[in-house]
Amino acid sequence: MKARVTVTLKNGILDPQGKAIEGALKSLGVNGIASVRQGKVFDIELAGADKAKAEEALKAAADKLLANTVIENYRVEVL
Amino acid sequence: MKSAVLVFPGINRERDMARALKLASGQESTMVWHAETALPKGTDLVVVPGGFSYGDYLRCGAIAARSPVMDAVRAFAADGGLVMGVCNGFQILCESGLLPGILMRNAKLKFLCHDVHLRVERSDTAFTRGYNARQVIRVPIAHGEGNYTADAETLKRLEGDGRVLYRYCSPTGEVGDLHNINGAAASIAGIVSEKGNVLGMMPHPENHVEDIMGCTDGRGLFAGLVEHLERAA
Repeated sequence: MKARVTVTLKNGILDPQGKAIEGALKSLGVNGIASVRQGKVFDIELAGADKAKAEEALKAAADKLLANTVIENYRVEVL
Repeated sequence: MKSAVLVFPGINRERDMARALKLASGQESTMVWHAETALPKGTDLVVVPGGFSYGDYLRCGAIAARSPVMDAVRAFAADGGLVMGVCNGFQILCESGLLPGILMRNAKLKFLCHDVHLRVERSDTAFTRGYNARQVIRVPIAHGEGNYTADAETLKRLEGDGRVLYRYCSPTGEVGDLHNINGAAASIAGIVSEKGNVLGMMPHPENHVEDIMGCTDGRGLFAGLVEHLERAA
């Protein structure tokens, strides 16, 4: 079973990397981009086949390590 | 002063730290590997040194903060033991939950490596006893992620409880955007835990302790710790 955990910065947290990327896109002439926020994606292979258990394990992984919930939100998807 | 210096893969300031500790206390530090589950008996001070633990993978300090030795450090701190984290050590202490907040990418995205001035906010703590309140000291920094932030409630509490011990400032002690080198909230360079026994700071006092380094302003921190422990004994 495959899963994906997406970690993004919370609203209001300054993202200088996203800002720099936004500036670079503008200087490349890519039009129509209002703003960029950078995040992280974790593609995870799960050993079992139980979807509920998988979600539980992924939540634990995100809470304990993948995200720092002081500044980040996360979303768990079992694919 | 019996000190233990933690060693994680990718840490590179542990020897500088041990040298500064020996200079101040006359005693050798014990290096403690991250996979250990206990600290040496009779440890007075645990130091989490600077460097790039685990290559800063995931988030600075995130993986080191989950090492086996950190459970022992948490228990030690809960008992009132003194813990000090410098640079990557500060990031590790934040990630391990021993200090609130987080160190984000420097506001201008650059890795900064030069001397800065710090204002010592108070002198009545274990980590500032060797200085006078409002004294300005000069110490080096070397970091890409030193931009301290926390939620508004936490920042209010840190200020209200006098837990900000070091702030970036001008050579004459003025604090403001102009001297806030990495964009940290309220120019915060160093904070302590609620009980006052865990310090985290981005600058490197251990690199300004000998004449050959060109400045000895960092000595006060170490001398103050030795004095604090002698008084407590």
